[in-house]
Amino acid sequence: MNQAVEHAIPELVELRIPSRPEWVALARLAAATVANRLSLSLEEIEDVKLAVAEACTAVIQHEGHGEFIQLTCEALSGALRVRVHDSGRHGVPADGQRMDFDEARIAGLGIFLIRTLMDEVSYDVHPQLGTDLLMVKRAGRPD
Amino acid sequence: MDIKVNVREAPGDCYVVDLSGEIDVYTSPKVKDAIGDLIDRGVYHLIINLEKVRYIDSTGLGVLIGGLKRVREHGGSVNLVCTNPQIKKIFDITGLVKIFGIFDSEDAAMKALV
Repeated sequence: MNQAVEHAIPELVELRIPSRPEWVALARLAAATVANRLSLSLEEIEDVKLAVAEACTAVIQHEGHGEFIQLTCEALSGALRVRVHDSGRHGVPADGQRMDFDEARIAGLGIFLIRTLMDEVSYDVHPQLGTDLLMVKRAGRPD
Repeated sequence: MDIKVNVREAPGDCYVVDLSGEIDVYTSPKVKDAIGDLIDRGVYHLIINLEKVRYIDSTGLGVLIGGLKRVREHGGSVNLVCTNPQIKKIFDITGLVKIFGIFDSEDAAMKALV
């Protein structure tokens, strides 16, 4: 296949899972599959799996979460961008405000792991639309 | 995806919990129940063998921490057997290596029990 044409088409995978514990494994495997198409090392792929699972777990464990979790994985040049969307409506601050990772919501080890394992982490909270966790993992070193 | 839990008696007042599979928000209750049952029966020295665990997340870590807290109230201990680099990395970055005894073999974990 023509490389230029291949890279001109964004590789974006979307997955919608019920916000229940038994579906978290599917989310992390989907993210790992997309990560595997990039030049991420095996260790980096494991980091992505754990971060995605932690994000989904945080949604599930949070009171007031939505019925579904929407996972979007986008293959960028040398990086993977992941969005975990929860349509649940929570008591949140200013409308549409972009803020640092919400430590009050994803507390403890889960948030610590996400922050440690991913290269970029941010959080968007929309009172009417739900919450987005955005994460980027860049390819660092080969195995 | 599932987790397999096997509990067996070891020399002394010790029990070994063999775990196999993936420990996450779905499977960790099964691990919690197995560890809790032992503690309820008065077993306060545990070896938890993670050799066949391919994946663990914060809910799994929480179960292990909870078990450790309970046995310590009775002067007990929890030692872990783990050689998987990715899982050891998680214990390392969370600082749990300072709380748990983590060993490369069951023999070593057994010898180190309080």
